[in-house]
Amino acid sequence: MKKHWHRRHIIEAFVKAVMIFSFIIVAGSLGLILWTVISRGLPALTWSMVSQTPKGGFYLGKEGGILNAIIGSLYLAGGGTLIALLFSLPIALYLETYLGDSRRGQYVRLALDILWGIPSIVYGAFGFIVMLAFGLRASLLGGIIALALIELPIMTRAMDEVIRRMPADLEQAALALGSTRLEIATRVVTRQMLPGIVTAILLAFGRGIGDAAAVLFTAGYTDRIPASILQPAASLPLAVFFQLGMPYPEVQKRAYASALILTIIVLAISLGSRWIAGRLSKYVMK
Amino acid sequence: MDAHIQIKNLNAYYDDIQALKDVNIELPRKQITVIMGPSGCGKTTLLKTFNRFLELTDKTSITGEVLIDGQNIYERDIDVTEVRKRVGLLAQRPFPLPMSIYENVAYGMHIHRMKNNRNEYRKAVRHYLEVAGLYDEVKTRLTNPATSLSIGQQQRLCLARGLAVEPEIILGDEPTSALDPVSSQHIEGRLLGLKEQYTIVIVTHTLRQAKRLADYVIYMYMGEVVESGPAKEVFNNPKQERTRAYLEGQF
Ligand SMILES: Nc1ncnc2c1ncn2[C@@H]1O[C@H](COP(=O)(O)OP(=O)(O)O)[C@@H](O)[C@H]1O
Ligand SMILES: [Mg+2]
Repeated sequence: MKKHWHRRHIIEAFVKAVMIFSFIIVAGSLGLILWTVISRGLPALTWSMVSQTPKGGFYLGKEGGILNAIIGSLYLAGGGTLIALLFSLPIALYLETYLGDSRRGQYVRLALDILWGIPSIVYGAFGFIVMLAFGLRASLLGGIIALALIELPIMTRAMDEVIRRMPADLEQAALALGSTRLEIATRVVTRQMLPGIVTAILLAFGRGIGDAAAVLFTAGYTDRIPASILQPAASLPLAVFFQLGMPYPEVQKRAYASALILTIIVLAISLGSRWIAGRLSKYVMK
Repeated sequence: MDAHIQIKNLNAYYDDIQALKDVNIELPRKQITVIMGPSGCGKTTLLKTFNRFLELTDKTSITGEVLIDGQNIYERDIDVTEVRKRVGLLAQRPFPLPMSIYENVAYGMHIHRMKNNRNEYRKAVRHYLEVAGLYDEVKTRLTNPATSLSIGQQQRLCLARGLAVEPEIILGDEPTSALDPVSSQHIEGRLLGLKEQYTIVIVTHTLRQAKRLADYVIYMYMGEVVESGPAKEVFNNPKQERTRAYLEGQF
């Protein structure tokens, strides 16, 4: 039978072309971003960039590095993720065990999805107002709390999905062998859910470490590595922002080097989480 | 008859639906008892009362007694995990634990602390995999995930896993209904081999399987036990008209 070019074939070809075009646009942008960051940042990426804090005149092109921002970002995102984890796991468990698919459960999920969509500058401004009310200055603690708020809905929803995908048969299989609830929770359910939970944690960490707006008012910026959680803390996104705003080419190059460092960290986290999740999920029951 | 399980005046309810009506039966020790009957007649419900699984479903209730070796498993001070250790279950679809093949078999022995050292566990795992007829197929890949096995192999793994906690009774709820014919035959063969050591209770909806396996038969209809007795008698010479109708394929 010969193929005739009917309307449906034309539509199919057209839609396919649209899809391919969209894909090229997105993949191309991603490639272009990576290329810009690498080509401009790599030449300025020296050992002293990652091993030193800014010295006098660093923002004029003199020596130093952004160790303050690297450490600051790890502290901020690490602390934020830890706090978000402490709250999101109980919330997700509560959602699953007590609310389920009930109307109230749906409202809680809707609320979390709305929180997910709120721009981070709003979190930053909110955190700032709260800190003012308590008479606190910009500090590592403030930044950690702001990031925890941003990460909370992401992590909670991700864990909610993980728990919802938990097969009911699994519990029965373990009960049939005479397991106690505690044994099921610690030896069976964790094995089943760990890959999803690790992914949720690292997803939230990635979001937290890349955020500039939330930490701008709450964590401030400093050239020193914070010695306590009440001192201000620098962060990589803000390091990029401030250096890019300087009128000196050397400093601007360092902004790209900082962006490259941030990109590498985020990339390492997402590849690492895929690797870990892949290894752990070998055993997971579908 | 040497009864291993005795059921007395047993009624079971899902909320206000009565699924079992005044069941009074005895199941013989170290034989295969087959529970048969049309779909929805309460076979699964009856089986679930033997290992206290019915209470896992919300709003269920039970009156009456289920005695294992004369001990009512619904008495107040009974340790339910101990009941489930003594009464193993082979489910309708195999459901391995999210672990390796080895760990699946070792899991139950670990939680009940049944062995003293690694070597004993290793030997026991091998033994039960052999009993389930799976060892030769998996001996080179014991650390692989259980999910890497075929459905039929998974069901044999579940059998090994259940046997490893040393039950006296094995329950099977249509344990071959999800399997291909060859795997089903495999499982049936294992069950026949195990009846020297275990009391086995199998639910089946196929009459042919019932005839292949049964030493003792329970025929149920609409929540009631219509007839029970040695397989030969029930199959060749049913006392009840409803049993005869079922056996002649009028369902
Ligand atoms: N979870 C449940 N909730 C309400 N009714 C149920 C439930 N499970 C079974 N039933 C009812 O109990 C009766 C017996 O069911 P079941 O024991 O599963 O039958 P069988 O295994 O013989 O097919 C059926 O009428 C069924 O509708
Ligand atoms: Mg059934």
